[in-house]
Amino acid sequence: MNALRGLENLGRGTVRAVEEVGYLGALLAESLYWLFVGPFRKQPVRVEAVFQQMRQVGVNAVPIVLMLAFGVGVMLAIQGIHTMKTFGAESKVVIGIALSVTREFSSLIVGILVAGRSGSAMAARIGTMVVNQEIDALRVIGINPVRYLVAPALVALLIVVPALTVLADIAALFGGAVYTSLDVGISLAAYAQDTADVLTVDDVMQGVNKAFVFAVLIALIGAANGFGATGGAEGVGKVTTRSVVMSISAIVMADMLFTFFLTR
Amino acid sequence: MNSEREAVIRVRDLVTHYGERQILKGVSLDVHAGEIMVIMGGSGSGKSTFLRFLLGLHQPTSGSIELLGQDITQLDSQGMYELRKKMGVSFQGGALFNSMTVGENVQLPLREHTELDDATIEIMSRLKLELVNLGGFDRLMPAQLSGGMVKRAALARAIAMDPRLLFFDEPSAGLDPVVSAELDELILKLRDALNMTIVVVTHELDSAFKIADRITVLDQGDILLVGTVEEVRNSDNRRVQDLLNRRPREEVIDPDAYMARLTDTPLNEL
Repeated sequence: MNALRGLENLGRGTVRAVEEVGYLGALLAESLYWLFVGPFRKQPVRVEAVFQQMRQVGVNAVPIVLMLAFGVGVMLAIQGIHTMKTFGAESKVVIGIALSVTREFSSLIVGILVAGRSGSAMAARIGTMVVNQEIDALRVIGINPVRYLVAPALVALLIVVPALTVLADIAALFGGAVYTSLDVGISLAAYAQDTADVLTVDDVMQGVNKAFVFAVLIALIGAANGFGATGGAEGVGKVTTRSVVMSISAIVMADMLFTFFLTR
Repeated sequence: MNSEREAVIRVRDLVTHYGERQILKGVSLDVHAGEIMVIMGGSGSGKSTFLRFLLGLHQPTSGSIELLGQDITQLDSQGMYELRKKMGVSFQGGALFNSMTVGENVQLPLREHTELDDATIEIMSRLKLELVNLGGFDRLMPAQLSGGMVKRAALARAIAMDPRLLFFDEPSAGLDPVVSAELDELILKLRDALNMTIVVVTHELDSAFKIADRITVLDQGDILLVGTVEEVRNSDNRRVQDLLNRRPREEVIDPDAYMARLTDTPLNEL
């Protein structure tokens, strides 16, 4: 009986997960529809809303991104030097930092930060609007909620997350350089030269391409959870938390798959 | 009296479900041009559900809903978009957009549906706010308004496009009797000034009797009665009288079904 119930729960869980992925896909398709077809139906996605979102999600996040990325750079330098010491090759740490920052850490740290800052804000905003019947009000006015709320956020994130990733690259490399120069005694100029020698456009683009994927995940998961809100303030809190956990998990899993296919 | 007038809302055999549960059990109703139709009923009578379907927010299981001659259960999204320009809705909690000022809230439908310039739109929105006695409040945020003001602001937004159909969900819910009476006056004034057809969903008897041309009494997903205020007052239907006299329901309990519910076993296994 218990085994049967377990199996039933597994089945239900699977169906729900498939449904959820399907919903995210539908949300993406609808957002793209409004972006490209909306203008011809006199129902465009408003440019002002995109800029407003870009400011909130992007510009306002610059200081914290710089700080976190700098910290990651320093951390990688410490660990790298510690590891390389075993081989007596501390100066080779530059290569490790340059590649892991651009290919991996910048986009990941930006993704997680934006998911926590803006994915949650989006879920909370849309969730509150659902609970207050504001979404219904939009619909009866004739404004499609996906066009009005999701599409601008999606565009903004697609621009801002890759941009923040490049910014984080610079800050993290700088953090690594500062620590390495203090500990191992490589000058900043030599460090920069070494970094420039090993880095290729492909390395940087791997991080940036991941950032595009993360942007889509954050926007869709934030919006989907917001639209699913029920039952007042507590419900909004629940979906907000859920959106953060879900989007960070999705980002890490997507990152893993991405890295697997791009690196091998 | 109204029978020869054109029906602007025509509902036929509307059946709706919420999950497995049937909410509306075949509702048919005509609302004539220029009348105020009040839909009344207790909690769980299906009146709020009925309104949501009239607004085209959900697809019914079966039946048809014609607004201004167009069946919204069949209409494509572009047709619905056009139709929405002629409909205004004031929701129970106001549903003002909290991130916008009161003025911007009223302007939103105009910005969406017209190509008027900013100055004109602003003047039009202020005109609507004046009409609901909220002149000068356009720069405030919804959070700064009292409950009655929120309802009036929502009304101003609902009539921004001079709609032919106005829907009003629970105008007096959560308001004190004076403010609620003022709102009733306002609804009457709007009908006379703008010649709208108004559908009001409410459970407040005083308000219903004051504004209604005709009243529809819903109970457990069925229409009990459609009639004028006098007809409803004099109805000898037991459930209508329960509602009017605030009498608790005297439901006959089926002992088998009761037992089945308590023990959570299907009736036939009992």
